[in-house]
Amino acid sequence: MTTDWFIVLSALLFATGALGILLRRSPMVILLCLELMLNAGNLALVAFSRMVGNGQGQVFAVIVMVIAACEVVVGLGLIVAIFRRRLPLDVDDLRELRG
Amino acid sequence: MEEALFFLAAIGALGGALGVIAMRNPFYSVLALIVHLFSLAALFLLLTSAFVAAAQVVVYAGAVMVLYVFVVAYVGGGGESAWEPVPGQRFLAPLLGIALFVELSIAVLSSSLLALGEDGAEVKAGFGNPAAIGRLLLEKFLVPFEASSILLLLAAVGAIVLAARRREGEVGAPDEPSPNREEGVPTSPSPTAGATP
Repeated sequence: MTTDWFIVLSALLFATGALGILLRRSPMVILLCLELMLNAGNLALVAFSRMVGNGQGQVFAVIVMVIAACEVVVGLGLIVAIFRRRLPLDVDDLRELRG
Repeated sequence: MEEALFFLAAIGALGGALGVIAMRNPFYSVLALIVHLFSLAALFLLLTSAFVAAAQVVVYAGAVMVLYVFVVAYVGGGGESAWEPVPGQRFLAPLLGIALFVELSIAVLSSSLLALGEDGAEVKAGFGNPAAIGRLLLEKFLVPFEASSILLLLAAVGAIVLAARRREGEVGAPDEPSPNREEGVPTSPSPTAGATP
């Protein structure tokens, strides 16, 4: 397969993740859609790394995975804290900074 | 053979992604994301990057998704309200998504990268295996490697601070309903309110 197929697929997956963030209102699903977008970026990085025949893009992808894991941990911690305070789990109701 | 594998994995990845945004129950969204991640691992294998594929399956589809499943089970999958704060959000959002896809495709495909239409460079047999990635990480990218380990430690500490149970007497203790908090909600009818003279 040529590289452009992978790049177009990556663009499609990124647009799907962005669409999910625009449509959904549960913070959990929005975190999942962020994962979709980060993974689309990873796919593009690995595809370009294969295109130039250099492994450095794959190291970049591994570091992006680490960042995604950090984001998930902090985001899920926030969701658990919101749930413990009995606030609504809806990003439109959580528009004020004061709890 | 390669084309068939690519389209199979691409359909899996796209179907998983659509499942994430279409499912009402967050638990099913998590399961759809696991399908998506496995398909992406297959795509990484097609791109001869074995280590990234293995890390994707072990770290992402294994560890991170288990965390998601636990939190979904703890919080519970409440359905979203059908109320739309922005009128026409259901129709505007797909338009914006399609526009983003078209824009990204035009930006990449109309660039003058001639190698985009080719199969990729010739690579040696060990391209992308754990030994090559490990050598790159520890020789060329040592500083980002250590910085990411510090970032992981900070994220773990931050998550514990965020999600930990507050001690008693602290302001805004979430588990024990403090009297201030119940007085501050005028709409909730308390059962003892009518009994007081």
